[in-house]
Amino acid sequence: MRYSLMALGCLLSLGTALAIDPEPPFEDPALEATYQELINEVRCLVCQNQTIADSNAPLASDLRREIRKMMGEGASRAEVIDFLVARYGDFVLYRPPFQPTTWALWGAPVFLLAIGAVVFGRILRVRLRQPLGESDPLDETTS
Amino acid sequence: MWRYLIPIGVFAVLAAFFVRGLSLNPRYVPSPLLGKPAPEFELPRLKDPGQRLGSQDLNGQVALLNVWATWCVGCRQEHGFLVELAEANDVPIYGLNWKDDRARALGWLSSLGDPYVASAFDELGEVAIDWGVYGAPETFLLARDGTVLYKHIAPLTREVWAAEFVPRIIEQCGGLPCPPADGEG
Repeated sequence: MRYSLMALGCLLSLGTALAIDPEPPFEDPALEATYQELINEVRCLVCQNQTIADSNAPLASDLRREIRKMMGEGASRAEVIDFLVARYGDFVLYRPPFQPTTWALWGAPVFLLAIGAVVFGRILRVRLRQPLGESDPLDETTS
Repeated sequence: MWRYLIPIGVFAVLAAFFVRGLSLNPRYVPSPLLGKPAPEFELPRLKDPGQRLGSQDLNGQVALLNVWATWCVGCRQEHGFLVELAEANDVPIYGLNWKDDRARALGWLSSLGDPYVASAFDELGEVAIDWGVYGAPETFLLARDGTVLYKHIAPLTREVWAAEFVPRIIEQCGGLPCPPADGEG
């Protein structure tokens, strides 16, 4: 009984997960893959932490319909992205472009990683110089 | 010495970022349309579906385009002020009725008052996409040459009107009122 209830629960949740985009998929699998990739990269501006693939807000379904229409008319991925950015700005993209205003955004992880590497290297060097069996010189000041 | 200064410095930088970041309103997404020509559109009118309302009706005048719908709570909030603005007759107000029900929208205008010179009826939200609309109410300020001068996202209030709209209209018109070319229903 419990298992059948769990199975039913799984089936029901699967249904809602699939039902967000009620349109039938494109017949061309390549086109469908591009479409899926696009709608999973475009932010729904009404519910900002969801993509338009996740969101069932009316605006998200309008944007899915628009993207579908454009792709049906032969628009490329880049053309759809340009179309959206021209209307809603870069914020509509979950992967912001690399440009002067986003240098800090894209650069920060590299910068922080570099700092971490330098600190790690220095600690390692101090410890390598330390003969075995002696107390840690880094701890001396604190203890 | 460094042992203490570095963490304090890191904390100060993070705190500065948080103070700035958390005081911004994430609902406000600046429009890429500012300073650019307003998107062309043509739609049936709300009150008279046989007639069209489009860019050529707005061109040549400083005008407001207000995006509204009966399902939008903020629109009801600002509606009184819009009616007041329309009575002052400083600039013509056009409406973009967004993804709404025609009968309900007409009922809203007859019971709450109609501040609009005319409203376009965008049932499918296609024109709204061209204008980058994502949350009603939104109000666009358009220049005589059809440029988007300003966009306000949230109910329009007297304070916002005085601070953001009036100076821009005066810059365009030299003063208030900035009357429409020819009134039309």
